[in-house]
Amino acid sequence: MSEKPIISARGLSVGFKIGSGLFNKTILKAVDNVSLDIKRGSFFGLVGESGSGKTTLGRAFLKAVPITGGHAAYNDDEVSYDLGTLTGPELKDFRTRAQLIFQDPYAALSPRMTVRDIIAEPLEVMGLTKTREETDARVREIAAKCRLNLEHLRRFPHAFSGGQRQRISIARALVSRPNFIVADESVAALDVSIQADVLNLLKEIQREMGLTFLFISHDLSVVAHTCDHLAVMYLGRLVETAPTRTLFKAPRHPYTKALFSAIPSLDPDDRKGGQRLIGEIPSPTNQPPGCKFHTRCPVVIDRCRIEEPKMEDPGDGHAVSCHRWKELLAMPAG
Amino acid sequence: MTALIDVQNLTLKFRTDEGLITAVDDVSFTINRGEVMGLVGESGSGKSVTAKALMHLNAKNAVYTPESKVLLHTDAGTVDVLKLRTAKELKVARGGAISMIFQEPMASFAPAITIGSQMVEQLLIHSDMNKARAKEISIEMLDRVGISDPAKRFDQYAFELSGGMRQRAMIAMALSTKPSLLIADEPTTALDVTIQAQVIDLMKDLVAEFHMGIIFITHDLGVIAQTADKVSVMYLGKIIEQGPVREVIRHAKHPYTQGLLAALPKLDDLDAPLTPVAGDIPSPLERPPGCVFHTRCPQIIGDVCKTKLPVDAQVDASHSVACHLYAEGAKV
Repeated sequence: MSEKPIISARGLSVGFKIGSGLFNKTILKAVDNVSLDIKRGSFFGLVGESGSGKTTLGRAFLKAVPITGGHAAYNDDEVSYDLGTLTGPELKDFRTRAQLIFQDPYAALSPRMTVRDIIAEPLEVMGLTKTREETDARVREIAAKCRLNLEHLRRFPHAFSGGQRQRISIARALVSRPNFIVADESVAALDVSIQADVLNLLKEIQREMGLTFLFISHDLSVVAHTCDHLAVMYLGRLVETAPTRTLFKAPRHPYTKALFSAIPSLDPDDRKGGQRLIGEIPSPTNQPPGCKFHTRCPVVIDRCRIEEPKMEDPGDGHAVSCHRWKELLAMPAG
Repeated sequence: MTALIDVQNLTLKFRTDEGLITAVDDVSFTINRGEVMGLVGESGSGKSVTAKALMHLNAKNAVYTPESKVLLHTDAGTVDVLKLRTAKELKVARGGAISMIFQEPMASFAPAITIGSQMVEQLLIHSDMNKARAKEISIEMLDRVGISDPAKRFDQYAFELSGGMRQRAMIAMALSTKPSLLIADEPTTALDVTIQAQVIDLMKDLVAEFHMGIIFITHDLGVIAQTADKVSVMYLGKIIEQGPVREVIRHAKHPYTQGLLAALPKLDDLDAPLTPVAGDIPSPLERPPGCVFHTRCPQIIGDVCKTKLPVDAQVDASHSVACHLYAEGAKV
């Protein structure tokens, strides 16, 4: 891993206009004031409940949603782009460098195309190869990496199981030789027995090709095993970031703690339940004032209801956005 | 303990253009009152089809063998659900003694009818109460499953509720007829972990309160460990291992169960490599002969696995496994 970031965001916001009436123009802030660096060669995890904005943030890094505030930049050894203003040929070039792997391998592959055509499509659309021979060679090379053989390439997606389909999606994302990949819930639709296989493949490819991954997931145990760095999101904001091990050993934000205690334990005698979060994530159109988490926080005080906490990094790379995190360190867990 | 339902030698095939496809093969189990049975297996293992058979709810092309029995014990006596034909006869198994909750609550509620009228409708079908009383009970039930402002929710539509709320409403609806058996088909899979934990807690409370039996279908062994008393592991339509949840999770015998447990990412050891179960589940059209798992089994003994169907071996009185490794003569 290098110290240089491939993606850096400063105060990044993404808003959507909703409502169509003249007097009914609400802005839904899906991502609000996010600052974050993703280092080159890292496997960066983004976790949070549905509605926390993790998918939108991932899309913003791919310039697939309009950035409405702040900055996001992409840097590799050859180019550096400001994602807010990127257009024309530079945007086209960026598309070859950053790719997305989707969640549902059943919906992401066209049923009318052979696997070969599905994988080759990005090359043809982006004009990366000149001849059919060249395209075929690239497709075969990447297919082999994803453990798909020549026989597989001639078939249609319906003939494949979930795990195999996800390998096809991965091959398609990798064929343009990108540097940065956003994997959005890429194993969520898979069975446990297959999930491990796909995760191992992603890790292997990352090491071999020196890629940077942004891995978006709601499954903390999966994230714990694959990512080296984690960021936790809640209602469009980052609430905590840290190296994976640090975060799992000593989470600082009450939300992160609650997420951990909600993971069902494999030990049937460990049915303690732990700390339960009450209620659900509020609607992004109707956000609470102060700390966004205060409506569900088990350790809320008056200050949280009024003043929004800022991200604080005490210097150990473990940043947290909570008024009370220091006090809570002294308190016993749970 | 009193048995609620006895499933005996359930074998179910689907008639398709490609021929008969075996979905469930000689499955037997019993569920008692107040007991939660987990049914685990990957997609295509036949868990949902088995559950639907208990309500005789499978599609018209389903063929049950004559030996298949689903004996439902109610206060009015015992009936074989598979022998019931008319909608009137089937009422006891569909919403009467047995209720079901589904994975995707958005797809299970009619979108253009309020939650309340759907709840009232089924109460009117399954009991002789009047509309006002049915409304009262429905609102009571919504309140019981932790829905705030139940009288207002009663008049809302499914799309107005969040995912967790919808699943609660689904549970309220399933329980309002006071079934003795609840079939929960992946009820928490579509939910966030925090909401999943709430729903699991709720279901545990409800079992204690109503003293019913539950079949909990899931592919998540963690959820099973947290909810079930006993567990049956399915693979390609066969139950390959069953027993008390502690036994099966701590001393799994079948190579498939062991593989499933090993494939789970564990939080207490982040360095442990993830070990997938090799290969993919075969298509039901290409059902392997012998032991159905032999094509992926890391502990295959030899030809016996490829040709001979393993029979259930008892590990102890309540824990059984169908694998040649534990056949008579072999050491357990």
